Amino acid sequence: MSTTINQTWFMTQRQLTAILRQPAYLVITLIQPVIWLFLFGSLFRRVVELPGFGAGSYLDYLVPGVVVMSAVSSNMWAGMGTLEEIERGTLNRFLTTPVSRAALMNANVVQQGISTGIQSVVIVLLGKIGGADYPGGVAGLLILVLASIVLGTVFGAFSNALGMLVRQRESIIGINTFLLLPLTFLSSAFMAPGLMPSWMRHVADFNPVNWALVAGRSAMSADPDWGDVLSRGGALLALAAAAVWLSTRTFRSYQKSV
Amino acid sequence: MTTSPPAVQARDLMKTYPGDVRALDGMGVTVAAGTVFGLLGPNGAGKSTTVKILTTLARPDSGTAVVAGHDALRHPDRVRRAIGVVAQRSGADPVATGRENLLLQGRLYGVRGADLNRRADELLARFDLAEAGKRQVRTYSGGMQRRLDVALGLMHRPEVLFLDEPTTGLDPEARTAMWEEIGRLAGDEGLTILLTTHYLEEADRLAERIAIVDRGRVVAEGTPDELKGELHGDAVHVELREAPDAVDGTLIRTALAEFAGVREVALDGRRLSARADDGPAAVPHVLTALEQQGVAVASVTVARPSLDDVYLRYAGRRFADADAAPEAAVPAPVPANTSGAAR
Ligand SMILES: Nc1ncnc2c1ncn2[C@@H]1O[C@H](COP(=O)(O)OP(=O)(O)O)[C@@H](O)[C@H]1O
Ligand SMILES: [Mg+2]
Repeated sequence: MSTTINQTWFMTQRQLTAILRQPAYLVITLIQPVIWLFLFGSLFRRVVELPGFGAGSYLDYLVPGVVVMSAVSSNMWAGMGTLEEIERGTLNRFLTTPVSRAALMNANVVQQGISTGIQSVVIVLLGKIGGADYPGGVAGLLILVLASIVLGTVFGAFSNALGMLVRQRESIIGINTFLLLPLTFLSSAFMAPGLMPSWMRHVADFNPVNWALVAGRSAMSADPDWGDVLSRGGALLALAAAAVWLSTRTFRSYQKSV
Repeated sequence: MTTSPPAVQARDLMKTYPGDVRALDGMGVTVAAGTVFGLLGPNGAGKSTTVKILTTLARPDSGTAVVAGHDALRHPDRVRRAIGVVAQRSGADPVATGRENLLLQGRLYGVRGADLNRRADELLARFDLAEAGKRQVRTYSGGMQRRLDVALGLMHRPEVLFLDEPTTGLDPEARTAMWEEIGRLAGDEGLTILLTTHYLEEADRLAERIAIVDRGRVVAEGTPDELKGELHGDAVHVELREAPDAVDGTLIRTALAEFAGVREVALDGRRLSARADDGPAAVPHVLTALEQQGVAVASVTVARPSLDDVYLRYAGRRFADADAAPEAAVPAPVPANTSGAAR
């Protein structure tokens, strides 16, 4: 057991170091949210004036939206890394060592979690610098960050499964480009649910991206609805568990195809 | 001679990949402890598949594999602790430095603390990577990367080292350096090496015993000298100007086989080969016979037996041709045994 934990940490460290050494990747994952904050913030500044929007400033409303959207968009690409490790033979090298197979899988989840956490905190801080107000305090922010980490786990695990299964970059690129915007806009990321067409609101109820937003926003409000937080958070956790299970299964099927 | 059990023993391995690709078809191999064994065969022969099974990466459809005294199918974890693997594709992490790659590798085997650092530095020095060890692997040349791969395989002091095509894709200079390195490894106390190659020269030079692999099974096995010795006499190779049709082919073979001392006449496209007790003496007879058949000759060579001849004898085709076009019925006119080097 302790071996698995040690090995998970070694493998996680390896992945984190690799990220730190790819400055282009780092810059993009941090600049992109800034651009979103700025663009969406300017574009939609006045929507808060619409009757029924229910937020003080649009930036207050936007920060969780960008945190969650960034969590989705960065974790969606996890499969690319896995694919590269397969093609390069790195994964096979690890598979001929005594490293626990669980450690190999866990390291992906832990690394993605840490990365998403840092990215989320940075966006929250940028929002603060830009003048956003977080009435729910640290506890609320913490739940937002946790929700985005769990949501990131869902997309990271699916992406890894996809990478191992189809072994084609084009498929990952295609699916990601196809999914990101609909998933974001079929949620309350940028627009208050009360102002969405009702069919969209119903679709959003089934959108995990929206679960993270509902949980995060509710926890961040001055008067959190803990029922919402728990139900959406619980659903996210269950989905993450299912996604990790699926990617573990595809990992086994990869091993059979070697 | 001691009678320690073999370091590697595989029997009747069968492996079919999806799409009905039969990668192994009754493959078997036995490697005595402390020796260097070579699996020689063209691309697609099943060398890597064999290595993948012996190194617990893949499972066979049937058959048995025992490595370092452990059953590779039932106790893969035990086998993993005992073996070092240098796969055909470099598995080093390009973003990490050479040293970091080694340290992680050691940690995965439970090497810790001072021993870990000492071993990494020792291997970096040994493979002439002491300076390069501080740099990211993606800046390495092909030869450096391959040396690091071997170092990775040795990090935990394995009993059995697998080298899958250790020099494929290297330039001649790097290849020679790697050969020297492998030669030195072979001298290491107790280390068993199973290497695969599609270079005849490499197998000849490095391996004490060789198994020739073709279409998923071993077609001949022995020391390089034994294999060559089974072919009595010199090889006479005649390159014809054009490939004769089937009828002419039969006529040519019958005509040549009539000479005393000429045997094993084989016609493979434009290449005619035969064995002769005295090669140089047989040449004039062969040429006369061909002329009488109205066959034009492009060139004639006489050679002492080579592994290429062994391959031709057991696999029924020339090594270079099998390598260039494993399934082709008509061999392509490839001159040297270096085709298919680029991978
Ligand atoms: N993972 C795989 N999936 C499908 N086919 C494979 C796989 N690995 C090898 N093969 C096929 O099995 C045969 C033997 O391949 P391999 O063992 O790699 O040969 P070698 O190493 O001697 O070049 C080839 O026809 C190859 O295409
Ligand atoms: Mg191979």
